[in-house]
Amino acid sequence: MPTRNTSDVIVVGAGVVGAACAHYAARAGLSVTVVDRGPVAGGTTGAGEGNLLVSDKEPGPELELALIATALWRELSDRLPPQVEYEAKGGLVVASDEPGMRALRAFAARQEKAGVTTQEVPEDRLHDLEPHLAPTLAGGFLYPQDAQVMPAHAAAQLLRAGAERIRLRLGEEVTGLLTGAAGEIRGVRTAAGEIHAPYVVNAAGTWGGALADLAGVHLPVLPRRGFVLVTEPLPRVVRHKVYAADYVADVASGSAALQTSAVVEGTPAGPVLIGASRERVGFDRTPSTEVLRRLAAGATALFPVLGTVRAIRSYLGFRPYLPDHLPAIGPDPRVPGLLHACGHEGAGIGLAPVTGRIVAACLTGDEPPLDIHPFRPERFADTGN
Amino acid sequence: MTASPSEPRARREPYDLAVVGAGSAGLAGAVTAAELGLAVALLDTSAQTGGQFYRHPAPALGAVRPEALHHDWSAYSDLRGRLAASDVTHLAGHHVWSTVREDDGTWTVHAVTGADGTSERPALIRARALLLATGAYERQLPFPGWTLPGVVGAGGAQAMLKSGLVLPGRRIVVAGSGPLLLAVASSLAAAGAQVPAVVEAAGYLRYARSPRALLANPAKAAEALLHGTALLRHRVPVRLRSAVTEVHGTDRVEAVTVSRLDADWRPVPGTARRIACDALAVGHGLVPQIELATTLGCATRRLPDGTLGLALDDLQETSEPGLWAAGETGGVGGAGLARTEGELAARAVAARLLGRRAGDGRIAELRRRRDRMRAFADVMSAAHAPGPGWQDWLSDDTDVCRCEEVGAGRIREAVAELGARDARTVKLLTRAGMGWCQGRMCGTAVACLAARGGTAEPPAERRPFAVPVRLSTLASLDEGAADPSPGAP
Repeated sequence: MPTRNTSDVIVVGAGVVGAACAHYAARAGLSVTVVDRGPVAGGTTGAGEGNLLVSDKEPGPELELALIATALWRELSDRLPPQVEYEAKGGLVVASDEPGMRALRAFAARQEKAGVTTQEVPEDRLHDLEPHLAPTLAGGFLYPQDAQVMPAHAAAQLLRAGAERIRLRLGEEVTGLLTGAAGEIRGVRTAAGEIHAPYVVNAAGTWGGALADLAGVHLPVLPRRGFVLVTEPLPRVVRHKVYAADYVADVASGSAALQTSAVVEGTPAGPVLIGASRERVGFDRTPSTEVLRRLAAGATALFPVLGTVRAIRSYLGFRPYLPDHLPAIGPDPRVPGLLHACGHEGAGIGLAPVTGRIVAACLTGDEPPLDIHPFRPERFADTGN
Repeated sequence: MTASPSEPRARREPYDLAVVGAGSAGLAGAVTAAELGLAVALLDTSAQTGGQFYRHPAPALGAVRPEALHHDWSAYSDLRGRLAASDVTHLAGHHVWSTVREDDGTWTVHAVTGADGTSERPALIRARALLLATGAYERQLPFPGWTLPGVVGAGGAQAMLKSGLVLPGRRIVVAGSGPLLLAVASSLAAAGAQVPAVVEAAGYLRYARSPRALLANPAKAAEALLHGTALLRHRVPVRLRSAVTEVHGTDRVEAVTVSRLDADWRPVPGTARRIACDALAVGHGLVPQIELATTLGCATRRLPDGTLGLALDDLQETSEPGLWAAGETGGVGGAGLARTEGELAARAVAARLLGRRAGDGRIAELRRRRDRMRAFADVMSAAHAPGPGWQDWLSDDTDVCRCEEVGAGRIREAVAELGARDARTVKLLTRAGMGWCQGRMCGTAVACLAARGGTAEPPAERRPFAVPVRLSTLASLDEGAADPSPGAP
């Protein structure tokens, strides 16, 4: 159990990734202090839709992470209380024409080889899966492994399940890192004083670059803004996570300009969530009518029935974006004792458990569940400023 | 005044000034600006002008003397006459959901018309300057039984009376805090209801701590006296430092429990008394309705009663250049202050747009009057600030959020055990404030519970939708929605 100012490890960030790191470290027997300048789920976690997706990922290191995470989420859903709202609803990617369908088919074939389960849905079967879809679509692919959780509860319950091994220090901003004579980590300094531990995990999400700066290392995490449009509560009109094929291209793009693609899903509480937009505009919180217009247009094109439904709010968040679209996970060789677990862009909720497992393995000296070389945090050292 | 649909609109776009809200502040602002030569659009959700304070029956109801229910009706009829004589474009029935600053510095006001029926249409108004006069809404604090039929907002009861000439019950207890309660009780009694008690949580003693503000505001003192006499005439007892801490009844209100409060608003044990009634009109003051401005990032100031108002400069401009505000948006102060601020803002806008200095004698006079009434408003606001002990009225199963049916116990759990520290995370973890009203009803209570007895941070949320908007309306925003249909009441 952590004492007031000392523990085995300090996790900076009480979003879902920090919560998962603390959770798996606690399960490995370590005492953990979680520090956040705000509340639990106060940053990007609280602005997410809670997607656990394999469907939008190309074969490669991120898909490997996602496949392990999918299994871990299933296990967590038995362990955590029902408020987490884990739902293995499946994802449905639709194409509007035959060339789009051919592209989907080729993409799915490559994913199959990497271990993803896919199922082609011909045009005349789409409405068995989603009765309210527009009649003009060419077909789609079903991804039964895609699932959803309620992100704020996912973070809160992961922390709560760590019980007495996890101590929360909320509303405390980290202002500096404590280091020893050889530059090794000794803890963190906050406005309220010093906290001591031989390891610090940077799970500060979109603000992870700033924490790396405090440690004197370069990690170019940038905010990529996204809006979610929320409707009034409805009976279940959208059953899966449904999105248009161009979403995959937008996710993989690094463009700073505004991109939107239609992503529509229902929630257990009733409202339909509509995404997704991507733009690199810094931390600008000004709402954009143009983004909202495009999201509404995309959603009503997929589900014409939503036209008469009212939007009651929208929210925005800042995805933690790294230039190669891969997160930074693992020890930083430049600062002994510092580990990173940030930069997951729009996939942080989904990839949180596998990230937590990797971090816990690194802390206890166990073998991580996969090769973590692609995620090494120092990979941007030469390109930075 | 009201433009006909056939009138060519191009010459008026963009307007010099768009005014959102046709209550006292907005009306004064619109007519003043028009009289100074500006092209003005005045938008309001209602079919009629007057806002909440001068709410009156639709002509079809045939009320002979709507002014009988109103204090200072002549000030309103003066503004209404000037509006009729002006060339202000009055856009009635326009629900503004967003205001946006364009790249060229002008403003776009997005509204929908027909939002109450099925014929919702988007409207888009462009203007060089914007005046927000969106008023206030009533603050509610929950207590056991507050969701029973027969419990109505105090302001809501008065609005029902003013617009529809209907009473929420026959024997009505009026409770909560704030000067509105006396006005509501007077109106209800005058309209024939029995009012067994006015239950005011504050002591009114705090007014006495600022005698200078009182002496400088004879009109306010006279107004209170007027309500006082009306209450005396109808034999309505006023209980100070007391609150309704529980409502009784199965299908609707049958009685209320009234308890004495200590200085922190904690019920004093052994003081509970039951009062039979068939309705309860309750309210804890008013909350400035400022979400159009906070969504744009405007600076706010914390008011003495714990609510947020807009931070304004000496000439009513917000921290966003080109965006002015008047009336309750800067802090609740009543119709007289609202008129003064509306006129002051309009003169400041005219000076800016016409390239003149805003320093003439009339502006100086308005500023003096505004400062005097603002000082009184702040005293009033401090006197009615809820004490932290009101949370003791709540049991764990008292619904705090009515839309999503979230009880106080679940909110306390989110704060004590799940790491919520503010209204936003409470909302994420419990859904309190996520429903149809978007937390306008429960926002104060949730922020207080999240603060665990500390100072509640009133949420300055950015809300892209001040009113719900259909997705088809949103989706078609790029398809020439630039022709607003002026509503002719």
